Amino acid sequence: MAQLVAVLATTHHPFYYRTSTLPPGERPDFADAWVRKVEAYRETLTRMRPDVLVMVGSDHFHQLWLDNMPQFLVGKAPFYDANFHNEEREFGLPRMLLRGHEQLSAHMLREGLDKGFDLAFSNELRVDHSITCPIVTLRPQNDLPIVPLYTNIFAPPLPQPKRFVQLGRAVREIVDSWPSGLRVAVIGSGHLSLELGGPRQFGPHGPDPVFDRKAVGWIASGDIEGALSEVSLDSLWEPGNATHGFMDFLLMMGVAGGTEAAHADSLDLFHTMEAYFTWYPNGADA
Amino acid sequence: MSRYLLDKFLYDVDRDPELTEAYRADPAALVERWERERMRVLTGVPGDDTTWTRLTDEERGALVAHDYVAIQELGGHPFLTLTLFIALFERDHAEPLGFQREYARRLAHWSLPYPDIAT
Repeated sequence: MAQLVAVLATTHHPFYYRTSTLPPGERPDFADAWVRKVEAYRETLTRMRPDVLVMVGSDHFHQLWLDNMPQFLVGKAPFYDANFHNEEREFGLPRMLLRGHEQLSAHMLREGLDKGFDLAFSNELRVDHSITCPIVTLRPQNDLPIVPLYTNIFAPPLPQPKRFVQLGRAVREIVDSWPSGLRVAVIGSGHLSLELGGPRQFGPHGPDPVFDRKAVGWIASGDIEGALSEVSLDSLWEPGNATHGFMDFLLMMGVAGGTEAAHADSLDLFHTMEAYFTWYPNGADA
Repeated sequence: MSRYLLDKFLYDVDRDPELTEAYRADPAALVERWERERMRVLTGVPGDDTTWTRLTDEERGALVAHDYVAIQELGGHPFLTLTLFIALFERDHAEPLGFQREYARRLAHWSLPYPDIAT
C-alpha cells in the first residue's frame, strides 16, 4: 500500500514569491526571517522523499464560479496549468505547469464517493495560488505529480467545519488504502484570521491576533474537538471576513489524525499571520 | 437584489485586461457594453444565453460610480470587489498598499455583521 509520509498545513501568502525573489537590496526588512522559516519548513517535506503530492486548496473564483459551484472537487487530469491573469497582475506569480497523477485522482474519487462524499471532479483544471503558493514554498522545483483537492471556503452556503474534518479523515484512509508503493504527502493551505474587502484589511498584523494564537494552538496540538467547539460558520466571520479559509486547516487536522505536529512555526506579518505545520503519520524515519 | 449579477460583473471585468482598462477609462460606457454584450453569456453558445438577468438601477449606479463601498454594501463579494478595484486604482497611489489602506478606511464605519454576500 501507499505510505502517507507527511502531512503539511500552511497558510498561503501570495506575496512570498515576489518578496523572496527580490534582489537582496530591495527586500523588505521582514523578508530574510520569512525566507529562513520557509526554508526550514521546506526541509520537513524534502526529508520525507515524497513521490506524489495531494494538494488541498480553494479556488478564489478563478475557474470555479457561481453558475456551477462545487463544495469539494478533485482534479483528475494529466497536467494542470497554474495561476491566472489576475494573480500575475496583483501578486507577480509566474505561470506554471504541474503534472497530475490520474491514478491517485481516480482512487480518491472512487473511494471518496463510496465513503459518502459526493465529490465533484474536473478533467481540465487550472489551479490557482492556493495550490501554487505551497509549491513555491515547499517544492519550488515543481517535480512531483499532484492530485488537487479543492474546497469551497468562499461562496456561501459553505459546508460545515466538521465536514472539513471528516473529509480530511477520509483522505487519510483513502491514501492509506491506495494500492501503490509510492510515498504520498498531503499538503493543504488555508488561512488564519484574514480580512479582504473590509475595514480591518492590510493592518500591521492579522485582523484578530487572539484568534490566531488560539488557532495555532489547536493546530499544533491536534486539538480537533477544541477547534470544533469554538468555531462555526457564523463565528468565523468575527476574526475577519475571509477567515473561513481556516476550515482548510481543519481538513488538514483531520488528515493528521488529531495528533501533535512535529513542526509548528509561525510569523507575524502585516495583514496576516503565517503559520506552518508538519506531521509524520508513520514516524519521522518512515 | 441581484448579488449574483453584481458578482458576475466584477468577476468578468476583473479577468479580462481589456475590460478592466475600459472600466477604468469610462465606467458608464463599459457598464452599458457589459449589460448588452456579456451579462447574458452563460455557456458561450449565443443561442443559450440567459434571458432574465437584470441589474437594478442602484447596482448599475454603484458600478458606474466606481463606488466600491456601495457595491459591497449591496452584497458584492468582498474578494471580487477588492481584487478588481486594486487593478483599477492601486497604480494611482505612490505608497505600497496605499490604495488597500484607503479602501479599509472607507469601510471604517462598518461593524459586524458585514453585508450579507450569500448569492
